[in-house]
Amino acid sequence: MLGEGIIKGMAVTAKNFLGSYVSEERLTTIQYPEERQVLPEAVRQFPFLVFDGNDPMAGLRCVACQICEKECPPKCIYIEKSKDKKPDYIGKPQIYPATFDIDISVCMSCQICVEVCPFDAIKMDTEFELSTSDRFGGLLVDKHQLAKSNGHYHRIHPTEADEVDGRLAAEKVKAEAKAKADAEAKAKAAAEAKAKAAAAAAAPPTAPAAPAATPPATK
Amino acid sequence: MADDLDQIFVTIAHSIVGLFPGLWQPVVSAIISISAIIGVFASLFAVTTVFERKGLGRIQNRYGPNRVGPFGFLQPAADGIKALIKEDVVPRSADKVVHFLAPLAVVVPAFLVYTVLPIGRNMVLADFDAGVLFFFAIGAATELSVFMAGWSSRNKYSLLGAMRAIAQMISYEIPLILSAVTVVMIVGSLSTTQIVAAQAGYHAIGLPNWFVFTPWGFAGFILFMIAATAETNRSPFDLPEGESEIIAGYYIEYSGFKFALFFLGEYMGMFAISGLGITLFLGGWHAPLAALEFIPSWAWFFVKLLAIIFVFIWIRGTLPRLRMDQLMNFAWKFMLPMALINIISAAIWHFMPPGYERWLVGAAIAAVSYVLLGLGLMHGKKLEKRTYRYAE
Repeated sequence: MLGEGIIKGMAVTAKNFLGSYVSEERLTTIQYPEERQVLPEAVRQFPFLVFDGNDPMAGLRCVACQICEKECPPKCIYIEKSKDKKPDYIGKPQIYPATFDIDISVCMSCQICVEVCPFDAIKMDTEFELSTSDRFGGLLVDKHQLAKSNGHYHRIHPTEADEVDGRLAAEKVKAEAKAKADAEAKAKAAAEAKAKAAAAAAAPPTAPAAPAATPPATK
Repeated sequence: MADDLDQIFVTIAHSIVGLFPGLWQPVVSAIISISAIIGVFASLFAVTTVFERKGLGRIQNRYGPNRVGPFGFLQPAADGIKALIKEDVVPRSADKVVHFLAPLAVVVPAFLVYTVLPIGRNMVLADFDAGVLFFFAIGAATELSVFMAGWSSRNKYSLLGAMRAIAQMISYEIPLILSAVTVVMIVGSLSTTQIVAAQAGYHAIGLPNWFVFTPWGFAGFILFMIAATAETNRSPFDLPEGESEIIAGYYIEYSGFKFALFFLGEYMGMFAISGLGITLFLGGWHAPLAALEFIPSWAWFFVKLLAIIFVFIWIRGTLPRLRMDQLMNFAWKFMLPMALINIISAAIWHFMPPGYERWLVGAAIAAVSYVLLGLGLMHGKKLEKRTYRYAE
């Protein structure tokens, strides 16, 4: 009959109206400044630069390779390379960013910079209360404001940070092993060269060997 | 004591008027009444906006405004300050004079109709012999102002909104007036005070002698309130404003205080038409029970007004907006025939001797016509689950 649905609908809204006074669980909103929602771990807002150790500028992982700057879809990153070099976390001398600015009014939080960074130097922050009275300068953050410690990274994204740390440690071990192997190989090569030179001095050089008969069959 | 409280505003006004020389007294009396009406109903507007937002919030399981002042009750003050300090933008190609006059033309008739509303015993600004006629004549001026706003803005959305408003208001004005005509027929007077006086007293079973407790009065009251909802452009009849379709309809090009004036005019219209509904069907300022007559008459008027406002808010929180064809079908295929049948029902009531027979006849007429017209309105429409061809 006409009006049946209206009565039913009115009953539903009346139930909600009265129910919201009786049971607090019904209320879906969170009273924001006083109460805060527990955000999921994967939440992301704007990027920041990770540094190791205690000195933000000395410990920056960024080597100013500018991949993020090139990949950034809205082009909100601006990097200037340094003229000199400073040692990175392995101890290898690297270029560092003389300027690293991100315009967070342009940034769209896509996380592409994080995904392309080969040095795990840029990560996404969870800070969202960034309102400012200066809409140009206030939203352009430089490397001093962007630099945040690895500890901060561990605090906001614990799982991800552990994984990154493990990877970096493995890489460091590998790099050290490689360096060691390289050094050994170098020493060996040097020794061999020395021996060869000695042998060459003893015997005259012979003609080069004949070329191989046929190349191996390929599929 | 109760009588003193009942007449307190009347005596205060009289004593103030008495301070002036005889020649000035009518003018002073009018000024006092006018400023009282403007002050009271404008503050009611402020209170209603915050109650509406809180009520709608509760219906949607949230708190509503609760930041400004205790429990958010100073929100209207913040809104008012915001509206006042906002820039008043007038479109370059707008008709500047009409654009300026439209908000005034909304607010002035909205306040004018309070002239004939009896707010309490002896509390009516001007007791016209044709009060109801005056109310509808002035109330119809809103249509003009809405079209002024829509046309002068030179914006397609505002023009669409104004067209919709005109179509809707003219369509619903007819059932509105026809449902009010029944009361005029029974009372035999167009004067609002006489209509209220005709509803004094109580039935044997304790029910008040209000017209809403008669078959034709009940049907008339429902029809009147539905038509009033449409007249005041409130949800579910808010097509002229239709935020999701035409942004704000006829007042899309208004900002700052002019926008606030439209808002004020709309709420004033709502209060006024609710007040007329109370006067015609809900016994005006009469108490619902003989035992409750010690409460002042003006308090009863405002209790009833707030109750109707609550129902308006409740309906707004429940029903989705109608489509234009549904709106027109409802007006012409249901409301109009129902209002005409209701007039016949009132006539039969008038000529039948008092007793339960006329109750039965009246109730049967109302029920049968409701069911049949409802079936006619739903004819050919099968309500089933909507299927989507591409989405899903």
